[in-house]
Amino acid sequence: MLHQIYLMPLLPLVGFLILVAFGRRMSERTAGIIGTTAVAGAFVVAAGSFFALLGQSNREVTQSLFTWIPVGSLQVKVSFLLDPLSVTMVLFVTFISALIHLYSMGYMRGERDFTKFFIYLNLFVASMLVLVLANNLLLTFVGWEGVGVCSYWLVSFYFDKDAAASAGKKAFIYNRVGDVGLLLAMFLIFSNVGTLDYLSIFSHASAFSSLTATLIVLALLLAASGKSAQIPLFNWLPDAMEGPTPVSALIHAATMVTAGVYLLCRMNPVLHLAPNAEIVIATIGATTAFVAATVATAQDDIKKVLAFSTVSQIGFMVMAVGANAYVAAVFLMVCHAFYKALLFLSAGSVIHGLHHEQNIKRMGALRKLMPWTFGAFLIGWLSIAGVPPFASFWSKGDVLDNVYRHYPALWVLGLVTALLTAYYMSRLFYLTFTGKARFSEEGPNGEHPIATPHESPWTMRLPLVVLAIGSLAISVIDFPWAHDLSLAHFLEPVFRTTIYEPHESVGLLYLLGGIDAVVALAGVVIAWIIWSKKTERPNLERSFFRNVWYWDNFYDLLIGRPLTRFSQFCLNVVDLKILDGAVNGVASLATRSAKGIRKVQTGQVRQYALVLVAGIAALLLYLLIRVH
Amino acid sequence: MTLATVHSSFPYVALLLLVPAIAAGVVALLHSASRQAVRWIGLIASLLTLGIAVAMLIAFDAHSGGYQFVTQHSWASALGISWLTGVDGISLFMVLLTALLIPIVLLGASEQRRTKSFVAWLLLLEVGCIGSFVSLDLILFFLFFELTLIPSYFLITGWGGPNRAGAATKFFLYTFFGSGFLLVGIIYVAVVHASQGHALSFSLFDLQGTQLSGTAGMLVFVAMTFAFAIKAPIVPFHTWSPDAYAEAPTGASVVLAAVLAKLGTYGILRFDLTLVPHASKVAAPVLLTLATIGILYGAIVACATRDLKRLVAYSSVAQVGFIVLGTFALTPQALTGAVLLMLNHGIITAAFFLLIGWLVARRGTSKIAELTGLQGPAPVMAAIFTIVMLASIGLPGLSGFVSEYLVLLGTFLVHRWWALVATFGVVAAAMYLLWAYQRVFHGKAEGENAAIRDLTVAERLVIAPLIALIIFLGVFPSPVLNRIEPSVNRIVDQVSLSNCTPGLVCTHAPIDVRSRTSPASSSTATTIPGANR
Repeated sequence: MLHQIYLMPLLPLVGFLILVAFGRRMSERTAGIIGTTAVAGAFVVAAGSFFALLGQSNREVTQSLFTWIPVGSLQVKVSFLLDPLSVTMVLFVTFISALIHLYSMGYMRGERDFTKFFIYLNLFVASMLVLVLANNLLLTFVGWEGVGVCSYWLVSFYFDKDAAASAGKKAFIYNRVGDVGLLLAMFLIFSNVGTLDYLSIFSHASAFSSLTATLIVLALLLAASGKSAQIPLFNWLPDAMEGPTPVSALIHAATMVTAGVYLLCRMNPVLHLAPNAEIVIATIGATTAFVAATVATAQDDIKKVLAFSTVSQIGFMVMAVGANAYVAAVFLMVCHAFYKALLFLSAGSVIHGLHHEQNIKRMGALRKLMPWTFGAFLIGWLSIAGVPPFASFWSKGDVLDNVYRHYPALWVLGLVTALLTAYYMSRLFYLTFTGKARFSEEGPNGEHPIATPHESPWTMRLPLVVLAIGSLAISVIDFPWAHDLSLAHFLEPVFRTTIYEPHESVGLLYLLGGIDAVVALAGVVIAWIIWSKKTERPNLERSFFRNVWYWDNFYDLLIGRPLTRFSQFCLNVVDLKILDGAVNGVASLATRSAKGIRKVQTGQVRQYALVLVAGIAALLLYLLIRVH
Repeated sequence: MTLATVHSSFPYVALLLLVPAIAAGVVALLHSASRQAVRWIGLIASLLTLGIAVAMLIAFDAHSGGYQFVTQHSWASALGISWLTGVDGISLFMVLLTALLIPIVLLGASEQRRTKSFVAWLLLLEVGCIGSFVSLDLILFFLFFELTLIPSYFLITGWGGPNRAGAATKFFLYTFFGSGFLLVGIIYVAVVHASQGHALSFSLFDLQGTQLSGTAGMLVFVAMTFAFAIKAPIVPFHTWSPDAYAEAPTGASVVLAAVLAKLGTYGILRFDLTLVPHASKVAAPVLLTLATIGILYGAIVACATRDLKRLVAYSSVAQVGFIVLGTFALTPQALTGAVLLMLNHGIITAAFFLLIGWLVARRGTSKIAELTGLQGPAPVMAAIFTIVMLASIGLPGLSGFVSEYLVLLGTFLVHRWWALVATFGVVAAAMYLLWAYQRVFHGKAEGENAAIRDLTVAERLVIAPLIALIIFLGVFPSPVLNRIEPSVNRIVDQVSLSNCTPGLVCTHAPIDVRSRTSPASSSTATTIPGANR
């Protein structure tokens, strides 16, 4: 299977092309099956590649297809690199993508542009696989932008809604700001080592001065903060929830938004040269995690809560990267992909059942009505909340242990965030599934009562079951007791530079784990006390948090409005008055002087031309005199 | 009168000029031809020209950086002017771009009114453009360069929008004004060359060895660059372009923005860098600064425009900024990127103006405020517009990215601060284009907007080659890059070797530009006077 790496991005790309060419004449069913099969095929190849890689000692396989950009010393190839890190990524990306394709066949049934949805989705998967499998930064950038544009299309999928259209645009532009970081990082790297191939960069990494390395890492961090929704570029992600829910699950939770973390992990040998930048990374991650968690406590939209929780969870991953704990970052990324996809798909099932109601204040008592969805969400909730023995207890715990070693202050912030996580997720769970059935009442703004919800079809339930099992089982891959079979051991060749310092005493680890468990349970219990009886607690849902710390307003005031005014000034004053005015002024001056010399009026053009020719002749004469 | 001719087994260049010229003459002289007949003549002639251009591409030796298919006929020998033409890896693609766009314009944006004159002027414009790109004699270049003005002027005034007269006059006079300086520069170089004991000549091969003092070289650079800066247009000499592009009929907008403006950047590349390499090097920081300002300024103003055509005009200003940036960065990557961007920008802008033209034909306006929700009733138009837009934004996988990336990377290697600022231009491009797309294509279509017809099959076929090229050049640009690079390397070497000791004349290490004629006749080829000096 190691010679068929290219099949992974190619299969979804072929699916995309088939749907583009023939999609209009297909039934929804056929189009859905083609789209899903293409991605499932990619998963089969990924699994085959994984086992093939396990079976050999050389864990770095490169496959080159053709030269993309050859100019002088810049020789960029379309080549793929299969190593433990990329194979880990493609496994969970293709697996979850395939499930979400299947789910979408049910969720999107009867929607306008059903086929187009699968077109975008297939192209997305192809791009994501290019991003992950690329053996050089520029090809990664191709995938990076590809997923970005698919995200743009899918967020603004309901393009006749203004909110959706604006959200898509916002996502693209925020990402574009991040792209500047990736471009600059590439320029810095190329001008220092003359290559963009990962393995060559790493083998020449000693050529970077510590200042250069710091600049590169900060530029990469900017890129990552765009794609992975971190401060200062995080606020596009909540808006992106305007997209259909399967998109939120796939792109804005499980896969694309972790690309920034992947990039930082991939570049770990360079990060290692820039300890100061690593402090910045850890701080950004911890702060983002905290800010997003506070916001999540005050949201009413089921998808918005999950969106801010995604931002917060990625913050944990970034924090792990900053603490050199790459394995912990990847471990959390994989676990998060499972339980967050599960949560989003369950939320989608709820929204589907409630005829597109997303306000949790209008839900409640869905436990009996949607048992499958309830069970799935329950597992997702316990997983993310960090309750032992569920996934996040292990993975987030791993992150926190590492942060404790490097940055004790950030560890405290991380614990507070963990408490908030357990709290807001429990609030979400109680309001949605327990208590009174509020959907059958009139809404707070006079909305009509909603008909009793129904459980979703099997195409939607099956992925829920699989993801629920996955969420339960996934933490097995990195249990601390079986090092030889663990993710940490598997990834060692990639993160060779470090990482795990000599283990802390077992006692300390148990103590830290105990603290994590207490914090998680405390969050669950506190939320139960507060939210099991009442649905309105204005003191705990401050508008400061509801409005995301007024982050958007701040940007609008600081950048948006001045830029608008400046662009209007440039057009109306600089361009039309000053620059064009000068041109017209010179022209009319010429006309007037021409009128003085010759009274014959034979049309403007000729007059100007005459003046010009006279001027040219004079100039020429002057120059020629100078020569001789 | 001696006839110094380099034989070329097949006269590609001459035919490239003759076919459209004869067709233009025939169309102009036909009195009673029907509109259809005229269109057919124009179409066949322009497709024939395209065929010749493609054949030339196939016959082109990709490994040579010199001029190929060179032909020289003495013409006005007493004045030192000769008919000297040929192409290298740079002009080759400019010729191809021109030859490709004329039939597309005839098919997709032909005028129903006075078709005969429209076709004739358009073909004459093709002659002017191709002639400018293939001229290796400076006076010949100047004549073709000026020749393009006349058909452009009449195309704008004849078929343009309500303010066409003012726009055409401004366009004509502004460019004409600039070309005055160009002529002065050309004559000055030739006279200095002659005064150094050579025969009077305007051949690029002869003049590139001219020894100019630092000041004189700078004056020549300023004079010629002024003309080219207006044509390109480089900020702050761009104000004619939004008016001209917006008022011109679709077909003329396509040629004006996609091809004619390239004469400016091409002129800088071909004549500034070859004739006054040292001055170009000295002045580079100024031009790099203007380029960077142009990239940001064009984008910022584009954000405030309220009309699609003007938006594309200002976006062109920004793109030209990238071309100039790459040109004056003077590294192989940047300059190759700049040349590729000239081609890519031509294709992308042409597609933009075609689409906007079709939109105007349906809705009668290109005002952004009056268009909403068109993606609903016209999904194919929306999809094609999206591809063109993303190519313009610089999405990898589409053509614009490769050139933009090469320009920025190549510039960063030597002038990182300019590159740093220019890189933010990629954000700006996304802002105004996505904003415009949202206003025009997203939202709910009502009234006239809801009744809009999607692109017809014919229109889809007309724009298909452009879309195919946008994708092809994004995925597999190496066939083009491989042909551009040797010529670019020649220029880069030439400029980097040029030297100027204070108080003395500047020396250019004359690079051997002996041209390759077609393989069959190379052994019998007469040497071009001066070319191998």
